[in-house]
Amino acid sequence: MVGDALFSLRDLSVEFATPRATVRAVREVSLDVRRGECLAVVGESGSGKSQLFLGSLGLLAAGGTARGSARFDGHELLGPDPAPRRAVLGTRLALVFQDPMNALTPHIAIGRQLAEVVVDRGRLDAAAARARSLEVLRAVRLPDPEARLRQYPHELSGGQRQRVAIAMALMTEPELLVADEPTTALDVTVQAQVIEVLRVARDRGVAVVLITHDLGVVAGIADRVAVMYAGRIVESAPVRELFAAPAHPYTAALLASVPRLDTPAVRRLSGIEGQPPPPGAELPGCAFAPRCATAFDQCRASLPVLQADAARSVACHAPRHADGAVP
Amino acid sequence: MSELLLRVRGLTVQFPMRRVRLAGPRGWLTAVDSVDLEVAAGRAVGIVGESGCGKSTLARAILALVAPQAGTVEWRGQPVGLDDPVGLRRMRREVQVVFQDPVGSLDPRMTIAESVAEALAALAGKQARAAQAARIAETLAEVGLDPALGARYPHELSGGQCQRAAIARAIVARPRLLVCDEAVSALDVSVQAQIVNLLADLRQRHDMALLFISHNLAVVRHLCDEVAVLYLGRVVEQATSAAIFAAPRHPYTRALLAAVPHPDPATLVPGAPAESPTADVTAVAGGGCPYGPRCVHVEATCRDRRPRLEDTGAGHLAACHRWRALPPGPGTR
Amino acid sequence: MAGSIPASAASDGGLWRDAGRVLRGNRAAVAAAGLIVLLVAASLLGPWLSPYALDEVDWTLSPLGSPPSLANGHWFGTDSNGRDLFVRVWAGTQVSLLVALLATVVSVVIGVAWGATAGYLGGRADGWMMRVVDVLYALPYMFFVIILTVVFGRSLWLIFLAIGAVGWLTMARIVRGQALALRHREFVTAAVALGLPARRIIARHIVPNVLGTVIVYATLTVPQVILFESFLSFLGLGVQEPLTSLGRLVAEGALEMETAPWQLLAPAAVLALLLLALNFLGDGLRDALDPRQR
Repeated sequence: MVGDALFSLRDLSVEFATPRATVRAVREVSLDVRRGECLAVVGESGSGKSQLFLGSLGLLAAGGTARGSARFDGHELLGPDPAPRRAVLGTRLALVFQDPMNALTPHIAIGRQLAEVVVDRGRLDAAAARARSLEVLRAVRLPDPEARLRQYPHELSGGQRQRVAIAMALMTEPELLVADEPTTALDVTVQAQVIEVLRVARDRGVAVVLITHDLGVVAGIADRVAVMYAGRIVESAPVRELFAAPAHPYTAALLASVPRLDTPAVRRLSGIEGQPPPPGAELPGCAFAPRCATAFDQCRASLPVLQADAARSVACHAPRHADGAVP
Repeated sequence: MSELLLRVRGLTVQFPMRRVRLAGPRGWLTAVDSVDLEVAAGRAVGIVGESGCGKSTLARAILALVAPQAGTVEWRGQPVGLDDPVGLRRMRREVQVVFQDPVGSLDPRMTIAESVAEALAALAGKQARAAQAARIAETLAEVGLDPALGARYPHELSGGQCQRAAIARAIVARPRLLVCDEAVSALDVSVQAQIVNLLADLRQRHDMALLFISHNLAVVRHLCDEVAVLYLGRVVEQATSAAIFAAPRHPYTRALLAAVPHPDPATLVPGAPAESPTADVTAVAGGGCPYGPRCVHVEATCRDRRPRLEDTGAGHLAACHRWRALPPGPGTR
Repeated sequence: MAGSIPASAASDGGLWRDAGRVLRGNRAAVAAAGLIVLLVAASLLGPWLSPYALDEVDWTLSPLGSPPSLANGHWFGTDSNGRDLFVRVWAGTQVSLLVALLATVVSVVIGVAWGATAGYLGGRADGWMMRVVDVLYALPYMFFVIILTVVFGRSLWLIFLAIGAVGWLTMARIVRGQALALRHREFVTAAVALGLPARRIIARHIVPNVLGTVIVYATLTVPQVILFESFLSFLGLGVQEPLTSLGRLVAEGALEMETAPWQLLAPAAVLALLLLALNFLGDGLRDALDPRQR
């Protein structure tokens, strides 16, 4: 049951000041995350997918500035007043990172860490906190939750730690969960379990933003996908449409370069020639033009704008057609 | 029949664990347990497994970077060991390695050309300046790098470019076997495809054998002729690539294959991996099959006796008591 | 050519040029470096500029120790023996800097070689090598210096020996820690896989990658050495006449503090400025060479 827009970004840009130059990691990105949906933000290194969300939540590293608007349930998070951000972060909007040890303190038992999330803000008393801790541990499918409460992070495996990190994020019953590469460091079998947990969260009504470069993972859980390249969104569509008929040449090439188990083995994988532009490189036209097989003069001269059509949008001067034909 | 380059027999590598009490017994962590492996000239052999299965340790033992507790490694018929510097030198000239971290495997204080030159000098002996420079430029071009990039430092290049440089360093002395230890795991998908293609090209052009270690089954399937699956240091299944992916016999292999997410929303969601969901994955079995605690097909025999690798037909080896009884597996087309 | 990008800009010069850039942006460090250059230049030129010689007693003064005055050419005044302080301060600065530089070079060379080897080899060799360092550390170096002085008499070379013998220990410890971390980095494993012998790996891969830390600590060692030499001089164990050092001058000036404050002021001010500048420069270097700041 997908609802109206819960988290809206408008013209969000992120810049970093480095000794050599100012690097623009994200360039005027606008997107909506609706209640109860899972949006996957896909991109490779330098696409800006992580900085987009870190910037919108005011979590950039030193030297980074974010401009534009980021609204959560109507409240502006990037305004001069830090109050709305503090009210929302950690309670209604929760974050999960690639390395679960970013969320878990090594020397405190898990039960206490989970409880701290709700007890510190005076939301629940100790007994209720414990009950809630057990509930979220069960939700993330960790066997023997009572024993887990007494354990320390280093006693768990990587996959179990990541599930505890997700459980911690779920303690405050957030409306939005932003997961930044949650499965990247995990084995394939464990990855499947973590994705299952995110799906459970989504089914309970929590909107999920999944930032990843793994298209296989995306196919298993996302409702909508936004593809980023060189700091901009180049395509956005419902998941089935995106995989069945990608409109942007980059999306098509990216899908084609994923080695698969469900199609006959090929001798040569089709990669994409060249490499992504270094973060902050300034190009006059489309950033993908140098690598695009179907680029022409206009592509290199002028920047294509994101054009919306029904549920899809694509930023390309010559997007592929729905039947897969190339213009 | 092509020449047998590498032959590993009964290789066992153990690491001492911390003593629990000051004078108490010292435990040993067995990272690699009685592994047999063969690589023939020009063949690509894949080693797959998840973290902790010992595949990296196996690679290091083969490269004589770590000493085994038991077993032998033979290179072209001659045993190699850390105690035999002459034999080791000969092997190093013909066996080189590419690591997982592209930027980290290059010295940050040396330019790309200097790193490649060091390898050339160490493996092929001193050469005339001009000849050396020419060879370096030629190798850089061969791996797809503009030779002018030789003057740059690793931090100035992208991950893909650094990995190409690392490959250039590894192949400049024309090794017979290239060991790739998770060589594409840290790369973006589009770059990964380029590097995989590059490895396939190099292999063909120089009749170079590959020992490709990875946790990415799909890549292994595209690149390798033969595959060995490792679990907790033991080979649990070994066969040609086609056989393993079409009809896996060991429950662990099947669980791995089932867990790989397909980039296709129309296929069945691989949400329930074919293994016991309540298993504590960090537990190590007693005397029985090491995969027992996680196996959905486990029964009494599995807990009593450790299964040995047996031939299930046409050289397809599997270490499972129940392989005959298993229903047809997931497999791939 | 797949994967190639146009060779547009040449290399940015690597990590040293990067560090240089950061350092130049640090105004305090640049000012400190300038000050050091100024002090060094003054120490070399000062004695030339003054009409008086190092040892010359100016009998025209009464009393012999007279305050600074532009009129009689004693710009810093004279000491109790009538010798011009301007010349003596700058000559003393020369000696202090020389001692500091030589002693630092000795401690860097020995410390880096010892520490890099111990850290890279690890295991038993590392254990033994660092036990030697621990034992030497435990020796009370003042007794050591006093005994040496009594046995061999006071000479400039003895100062170097004493300071060098102590200074390399800390450098070895620091370098060993860095080397220990480095030997697990993949590029070192790659070098081992090439079959390079240990001494090659230490020289080509370990040492260049610890140089950043070494430079920072060397810069911070120099003030320590100057202070140590000053301390020795204060105790009467430092350089002997006719040579003088900042430490000796401070020691002599301290005795006359109440009646002739200028005798303490000049050398103390130069010493303080030098130490301050060196510390600022060292801090700036540490910021510039810190790999995490990239």
